[in-house]
Order: sequence, then C-alpha cells, then structure tokens
Amino acid sequence: MENTIVSASKFNAWFGDNHVVKDVSIGIEKNQVIAVMGPSGCGKTTFLRCINRMHELIPGATAKGSLKLYNDEVYTMNPIYVRYKIGMVFQRPNPFPNLSIYDNVIAGYKLNGLKVAKADQDNIVEKSLTSAALWKEVKDSLHKKGTFLSGGQQQRLCIARAIAMEPEVILFDEPTSALDPISTSSVEQLFHELKANYTLIIVTHNMQQAARVSDKTAFFYMGELVEFDDTKQMFTAPSDVRTQNYITGRFS
Amino acid sequence: MEPRIGLRNTKSNIFKGVIVFFAFVITLPLIIVLLYIIKQGVTQVNWHFLTHVPAPVGETGGGIANALVGSIIIIAMSSIVAIPIGMLAGIYLSENPGTKLAYYSGLCVDILQGVPSIVVGIVVYFWVVKPWVIDLGVVHIKNPFGGSFSAVSGSIALAIMMMPIVIRSTEQTLRLLPPSLKEAALSLGVPYHRVIIKVIIPCGFSGILSGIMLSIARIIGETAPLLFTAFGSPFLSYAIGKPMESLPHLIYTYATSPYDDWHNLAWGASFILLMFVLILNIVTKVITRKWKIQL
Amino acid sequence: MKNKRLDLSYAQMKWEAVFRVILRIMSAILIVIIIGVLITLIVESIPSIKSLGIGFLWGKTWDPVSDVYGAYPFLVGTLLTSFTALILSVPFIFAIAIYLGEYNPKGWLSELLKNAIELIAAVPSIIYGFWGLFVLVPVIRTFEAKIGVAPYGVGVFASSLVLAVMIIPYGASLGITLIRMVPSPLKEGAYALGATRFEVIRSVILPYTRSGLFAGILLSLGRALGETMAVTMLIGNTSAIASKFKDVFFGPGNTMASVIANEFTEADHTVYLSALIELGLVLFFVTVVINLIGKRIITKFTNN
Repeated sequence: MENTIVSASKFNAWFGDNHVVKDVSIGIEKNQVIAVMGPSGCGKTTFLRCINRMHELIPGATAKGSLKLYNDEVYTMNPIYVRYKIGMVFQRPNPFPNLSIYDNVIAGYKLNGLKVAKADQDNIVEKSLTSAALWKEVKDSLHKKGTFLSGGQQQRLCIARAIAMEPEVILFDEPTSALDPISTSSVEQLFHELKANYTLIIVTHNMQQAARVSDKTAFFYMGELVEFDDTKQMFTAPSDVRTQNYITGRFS
Repeated sequence: MEPRIGLRNTKSNIFKGVIVFFAFVITLPLIIVLLYIIKQGVTQVNWHFLTHVPAPVGETGGGIANALVGSIIIIAMSSIVAIPIGMLAGIYLSENPGTKLAYYSGLCVDILQGVPSIVVGIVVYFWVVKPWVIDLGVVHIKNPFGGSFSAVSGSIALAIMMMPIVIRSTEQTLRLLPPSLKEAALSLGVPYHRVIIKVIIPCGFSGILSGIMLSIARIIGETAPLLFTAFGSPFLSYAIGKPMESLPHLIYTYATSPYDDWHNLAWGASFILLMFVLILNIVTKVITRKWKIQL
Repeated sequence: MKNKRLDLSYAQMKWEAVFRVILRIMSAILIVIIIGVLITLIVESIPSIKSLGIGFLWGKTWDPVSDVYGAYPFLVGTLLTSFTALILSVPFIFAIAIYLGEYNPKGWLSELLKNAIELIAAVPSIIYGFWGLFVLVPVIRTFEAKIGVAPYGVGVFASSLVLAVMIIPYGASLGITLIRMVPSPLKEGAYALGATRFEVIRSVILPYTRSGLFAGILLSLGRALGETMAVTMLIGNTSAIASKFKDVFFGPGNTMASVIANEFTEADHTVYLSALIELGLVLFFVTVVINLIGKRIITKFTNN
C-alpha cells in the first residue's frame, strides 16, 4: 500500500531461547494511532522495541523476519539512523536529570553533536513543547532542571524531546501506566493532536485507553498477532474468540 | 522471674558500656597523633620553609620546596595515567558484568587492591628503572627511562596503586544509575560512546569524582612505592627522567636521620602532608553532597 | 539534512566500535599488569631459588656479608606483628561495628565517630611511623625497663601497637556493613520473645554474620601483612632472631616488607637482590591468597 509506513512480515523475536514474538505480519498506515494490546507477557512490548531496534540492546536478544520502515528493512538500516526516524516514549518518564528543560528538549541534537543555530534551537524547543502541550506551563522556567515537574509534565517533556527530532513514527511503551488520571488524560489528548504529523504506535495495558485513543488496534496473545482491525470493529464485533475473551475480561 | 530479668538487663547494659568504651576510646590515639604532628609541625611552616630546599647538614633553615614540587609533579603524572584507564575500565566493568573479560579484569582489580605497596615498588623498579633492552633482530626496544631513578617510574608505581580505587568507585557509581537513563539517550539515536560520555558520566559525576579524589588522597602519602623508583633528591628539579623528592619520602629520609634539624624539617613536612590529606577528604565530602544529581 | 544525518550515523557507528574496543583494552590492562607483576617477581627470584632452594624459607640466618640468606626471621617478624596487631584490634573493630551497625547507626554522634574512623584511615602510614618513633618508642622503652626486658623501644611490640590502630578502620567499615545486613525480622523476632539487646547481639546478629566477620578478620590480616612504612620505622631493623620469646617480642626484628624496604637499594650482588625479591614473591602470594579468600566469602555472604 502507498500509505504503509511500518510493516512486518513473519517477524520473530527471541530472548535467548525464549520465543517471544511469533510470525507477526502487520501493515500500519501513516498518520494513524495504532494501539497494541494484550495480556502481560504476550510480546507486545518486545515487538514494539524491535521497530526502533532497542530490542537487540539486551544481551541474548535476537530477531528474524521482515520489518520495514516504508520500503527499507529496518534490520539492514543503520540502527542509529533508525532511532532517529523512529522515536520512543517510555513507561516511566525519563528526562535527563542533569539537563535543564530546554536542554532536554533538544537533547537529541546536543548529545549527537549536531550544530544548530541558537535561533533555530529556540524555535525547535518552543515548537516541540507546544506540540506536547507543555509550552505554557514551562516557558518561564526553561533553564531550570525538570525535577520539579509532575509525572504528567515529565512525560510530556519526554514526548517533546522525541518530537524535536522530527521522527516519522513515535512508539509509546505504556506511556500513562505510571501516571495519575489527570496526567493520563492530558497525554491521551495529545495523541489525537499528534497524529496529524506523526504515526503513533502505542502499547497499552489499558483496554479502555486503546478504545479511546486509537484508530486501529492490534491484539497480541502468547507472542502471536491474533487480530488487527479498526478499533470500533475490534471492540464491538471481534473476529477471533481469544480477542472476545480478552475484551470481556475472561483473562487479562 | 524478677531477679533474672534484672540480671539480664544489667548484663546488657554492661555490655553496651563496654562497647561504647571500646568504640570511642580508639579516637584517643587519633587525637594524640594529630595534635602532636600539628604541634611539632606548625611552628616549622613559613614562607621560607615552603620555598627553599633543605639545607645541608649543620646549617639551619631550609625547607621542603623540592618535596612539594616533586609530589605535585609525580601525582599529576600518576593521575593522567590512572584516571582515564581507571574510568574506562570501570565503565566496561559496570556495563558488561557477565563477560569473561569483566570477570578476569575484576579479579585482577581485587588482586591489585591487596598487593603490598612495596611489591609494586619492586616491580616498577625492574620495569622502568633498571635498564633493559629487547633485541629480537627486527625489533629493538630500549627502556627509555632505564639507568636512573626517575619521577616517571614513581608515577607509574603510584598510578598502579590508584587504579583499583578509581575503577571500583566508577563501577559502583554507574551501577547505581537507572537503566532508563541509557535507554532514553539511545532511543534518541545517540551512539553508545556519546551516551556514556555525555549522559552516564555526567550523571555519575559526583561519585566518580569522589573516587578520584580519594585515590589521590591515598597515594599522596605513599612512601614504599617511591623508595626504589622516584627515590629522592636534595634539589628542586622538574626533570621527570631523574630522581625527584616527594613529601612522604622526605619525611622518611629525614625522620630516620640522626640530625635534629632534619627532624624538624620532617615534622613540618608531616604537617603539610597531613593538611593536604585532610583538605582532600573534606573537599571530597563537600563535593559529593553538593554535586549529587537528583535522579 | 536527511543524507547528512545518514552519513553522520555511519560515522558515529565507527566511533562507537572504536570506543567499545578501547573499553576492552583498558580492562585488559589490569590483567596485563597482574601477569606482569607475577612474571617479574618470579623471574627475578630465580637466581635465589636456584642457589638457595626451598631451605630458604626456614633458614635462620640472614647475613648478606657472608652471603647467607634465610627467610625465617622475617616470617616470624611478619607473622608476629600482624597477628598481634590483629588480636589487639579485634575488640575495637568489633565494638565499632556493633555500635555503628546496631546501637547507633544514625545521628550526630555516630557521624562523628564515623568521621574519626575515616580520619584514622586517611593518615598516611609514614606519619604513624614518624610519630611512633618519636613518641611511642620512648614510652615503650620505659615500659620495657620496668618489666625487665632489654629497653630497645623499637621492635615487634611497638610495630604491633601502631599496626593495630592502622588496620581498625578497614575492619570496622566491613563489620558495620555486615552487621547492618542482618534482616530486621530476625532481630524483631528475638526482641518479641523478650531478649535483651545483648542477647540479640549474641544469639542472632553474631551467628548470622559469623562467616562475614571471619572474612573481615582475614582481610584485615591481609592489610596488616602488607603494611610497610610504619612497621619499617618502628621495628628496629634487625635480621637476627633471638632465642627467648620475650626478646623476640619486645626486641627489634624485621618483617619481609621492612627488610626489602631497608636493603633493596644496598643489595649489590645478584643472589642478595634475588633473595629480597623472593621475599616479595612470598609476600605477594600470601596477601593475594588471603585477600581473595576473604573477598570470596564476603561476596557469598552478601549474595545470600
């Protein structure tokens, strides 16, 4: 498909001998919000971390199969370049504690030694923080360290940091599971605004969140991709009985 | 049951008293030694003392300038060698704990920590001071510092003693950092070496720096490794390929000499050395507290 | 910017590989150093081993002038000073460890004591030796005169006293760590049964930390064995061994470390120098073995 940005075909991943992701095939279109859900240990997070090649950083972790960004095999590309194109936001907010808010946002440039003119830097910081709905709250304390920010604000800072690199895809690994309800809803609000410019793939433990924020949902179970469909369809009339059981709470 | 409980309680209190006594009485020798050194030494120290070399036997006056300069030069050279190697090895050990190299390297660090300082001195004597030549026809290598005691050899001996301390403190500091820190940087497309140098090290800075300062405080007073390497010299010199005096070595030589004047010099030098060590320890504590990054 | 970024990524990968290699080289340097130390010690001891044989270890005479070398006086001196220092220091190490580990782990008084202990460790050995020579030795001389021993002042006794103080900080900090590791539920259970503080210490804490404390004593012994300068200045530098124990203990002697420190630069012929190196080799092996055993016990203890 013309619009496919991330696709996998018979993709597998292991931790040592442990086969965690089994023959996953999926096609994800641009500018959509994709939710990936499933019970604990189903391989959803592992699959996510393969997309930006974070999976292989763990000793003993391997992967095989086709995983493409547009038409390029991710696993033959330069991994540093892959991570530049595909950003990630983690479960626990992890801003750099030794850097100010300003420096956190442009960390992707600064840490890489990329020279950016000061005026452009200011632009990037403001744009990214605005896209992350954080600008108003921090614009007067940009040069302070971010330790006084709340959990939700820190997570939005991490989102701003990822956005600043202008990636094509942003991966979210259970981004609100460590946040309180108010922060959660402010982050969920963001997903809706971000999809205009990015493709979002969100692993979530929270079914209701998947139903709220995504266009399409993928259901993983025991390492397999069981079902991938429009969210509305998935939650009202799923095709697979395992999906049905998960949604109705037979297991979690 | 009353008397038994009373007796047991009394026993417990007596025990506590004994413990407290033994724990605190040990501060007495410390206080006695410190006060004595300060008393004997502080009267020796003045500007002349710090800027002149020792006077020949029989003449009064003189100072420890050669030892002061020597110590600074030798320690600077040791640090230049030991700090980078120590930090990099510490980084490897904390990042790759399961590998064979980490196991054997860590074992050698443990061994090195236990080696007596005099043994290090002996070995470095044969490595650097004794002239040797490797002649295999094609390859001809000569010991560039062979033939004479030298400040360089002393620095190498001290660097070998510094390394385990720097390595272990770097390794332990980095182990305490949360893995999410590295993940955040890597996910931004930052290459591994920049993640370590620009994120991990700055976040562990206070721990690493305190390890470095403690290692310096430790070797500043080491005498045994210098006995057969840097040796000593009555002259103020900057020649690193020649013998150089150092504070602890001067103290040793002059304290064990039969001359009262030289004893006085040694007391003054002891006072200076003690002050250096104390200041380093205090500064280390302050830095650790102030620069600790809130994780 | 796209292609430039890709080019940068490839350049960065090259530097990454270089960095990883450098890290491994730096770690390997440690191994090279230890192997180098071992080889040097062995090679330089060979002349002595060849001409003196194994009898060197129990040879009672050390007389370089007559070219006779025996290590026995130094083995005695080393073991006597180290074990005496150890025995003297154990009550203090014990007391400090229990006080700071159990009775009073926090608070201004314990901080004060902790700092004092750290200070004891920070004072360089040469300063202890210097002070000992001028302050302690005269006192000991008077003491020895009173108890009817030859009043040298310097000797095994003097060295042991100063050595004891010097090894306390290391043993104490180990002890504190070990005692703090005793799990609270274990102690609370004993208190709930009506045990006094002393009884909890005796019946719960000490048995629990027994192997760790043993390792701590081993490691302190390792420290004592390797200590050079303070001992060299206080031991009297005599390589002959007296016949009566009280003369050995209160009289001058030498340790392996001190004889090397004193005579290394004067050793003018091969076997003399080589004999000294052989002493260094023995010292190396003994301290390394003790340290490794001690550390292994502690690692096993902390991992449980």
